[in-house]
Amino acid sequence: MSLSRFPAPSVIPGFGFAFGYTILYLGLIVLIPLGGLILRASDIGLAGLWAVATNERVAAALKLSFGTSALAATFSAVFGLVIAWVLTRYRFPGRRLLDAAVDLPFALPTAVAGIALSAIYAQNGVIGSLFAPYGIRIAYTPIGIFIALVFVSIPFTVRMVQPLIAEIDRELEEASATLGARRGQTVWRVLLPPLIPAILTGLALAFARAVGEYGSVIFIAGNLPYVSEIAPLLIVIKLEEFDYTGATAIATVMLMISFSVLLLINLIQAWSRKRFGYV
Amino acid sequence: MLGPSGSGKTTLLRIIAGLEFATEGSVFFGAEDATHLSVQQRRVGFVFQHYALFKHLTVADNIAYGLKVRPRRERPPAAAIKRRVEELIDLVQLNDLGRRYPAQLSGGQRQRVALARALAVEPRVLLLDEPFGALDAKVRKDLRRWLREIHDRTGHTTIFVTHDQDEALELADRVAILSNGRLEQVGTPDEVYENPASPFVLSFLGDTARLPVEVRDDKVFLAGEALDVAVPPGTGPGKHDIYLRPNELTLTEAGTGVPGIIASVRRTVNGRRAEVRVAFSDKLIELDVPPGADLNVSDRIGLKVQQARLFPSG
Repeated sequence: MSLSRFPAPSVIPGFGFAFGYTILYLGLIVLIPLGGLILRASDIGLAGLWAVATNERVAAALKLSFGTSALAATFSAVFGLVIAWVLTRYRFPGRRLLDAAVDLPFALPTAVAGIALSAIYAQNGVIGSLFAPYGIRIAYTPIGIFIALVFVSIPFTVRMVQPLIAEIDRELEEASATLGARRGQTVWRVLLPPLIPAILTGLALAFARAVGEYGSVIFIAGNLPYVSEIAPLLIVIKLEEFDYTGATAIATVMLMISFSVLLLINLIQAWSRKRFGYV
Repeated sequence: MLGPSGSGKTTLLRIIAGLEFATEGSVFFGAEDATHLSVQQRRVGFVFQHYALFKHLTVADNIAYGLKVRPRRERPPAAAIKRRVEELIDLVQLNDLGRRYPAQLSGGQRQRVALARALAVEPRVLLLDEPFGALDAKVRKDLRRWLREIHDRTGHTTIFVTHDQDEALELADRVAILSNGRLEQVGTPDEVYENPASPFVLSFLGDTARLPVEVRDDKVFLAGEALDVAVPPGTGPGKHDIYLRPNELTLTEAGTGVPGIIASVRRTVNGRRAEVRVAFSDKLIELDVPPGADLNVSDRIGLKVQQARLFPSG
């Protein structure tokens, strides 16, 4: 028995149309460009790709890109959950304004965000100057990159869990309390588990966004090779040197890593869905 | 606790549980003042109308929840929890369903899980908030009998909130009737039914017909005509309402008792049921009549009142 089979004609029409549109859209906008990218990169073969990926400068940039992205996405997931919780569960003046502000990183050109962030986190900036006396530099270091990535990825994690938090049934909390559970236990054992799939989705989106982020990071990173140079910047540098094969090679390596990480998160998510009874 | 919706029975139950706080008054569990205890400290078992089961936990884990969240010193060992859960699953007759998730159970089964979960913590009082309200009539009836059995076997003091008179009278040892946030009457089912303390209690328990009458010279007058009804002792003169209960009326010849006109006669499973238009009003009352009685629509009849239930009107 094959699981993937086209559906039989049914009373709910539109499969042919919708499916055709999906394939066309995905083909034109996603699959063909990515195919071209891989085709171009394949000029140098697997050995060549390996050579590019292990080049010292490229490897440092990849490590920085994926490392800070993972950290930033994890931080966003936790912090976003708290923001979503506060915005949904409590009523306070200015709540709607704050709620709208969460979407700002979506709307702002990221270059603007990058310039703003580097201005306040620079050593003579409002926040940067607080840390400078302790010898902590934020702008133009990986810490700066981390802050920029948190900035651009936080809306994803907030917006993913918010509707689920709004749907939590008050009676579940009351039931837990009558059974003797302290508040912390109720949050940990009753309220949090059903949110895990949404938190993971938010994490995946935040990670994807962070890996691909360019605009805000290059302003705050300082772009020192081996220290604060991210992989997307390296691609741009290669392009400016007319090294198209090198650029596509780095892009392909990024693509492969991103794909495996997202696949892994999706698998964990599918497992957690089953585990928590969403069959 | 019995009362129409909006009468405050759920609020009162939640105050007893500690889920809500009273503006005045105290809550006592036996001799202990529980007014200032938190929900957790009160150790009540609460069953919600919509079950409030933890969807991400299996039936067994739901039941074990109250034991697992105890502080380590008071928590029974894992094996004891497991044994207790099995006992409870057995008690609520959900054998073999311990590993299922709530989404895979029917409404009646879910409510039984909720009850087992509440019983697991050995509550000092079991509070049930319209637990069968969301279930269909057949399941309700079965669960009612079953709950009574469980109660007799486990002996937990139980407060059961409902708006269904049958449910209340059948289940309770003592019934408290509420209306508009006030306790109207507390007593055994027989007491509240036989001697209702207020017109509200009387009209809330079963079908009644209310007619305006006047009491004068130890007689009851309906629209100027004296009725063949004994005035209960202690009833003063003046305007009253008389309340008629179908099962306290007997059908007699026209000219005795309260006059009436047959509006319709229908066959039922147990006999025949007549709808009678009472005494020149458009109030209809349903009466069971013997199968052999010769009754036709628009026959004039009399209704003999076995017990006059009079309350001052207004």
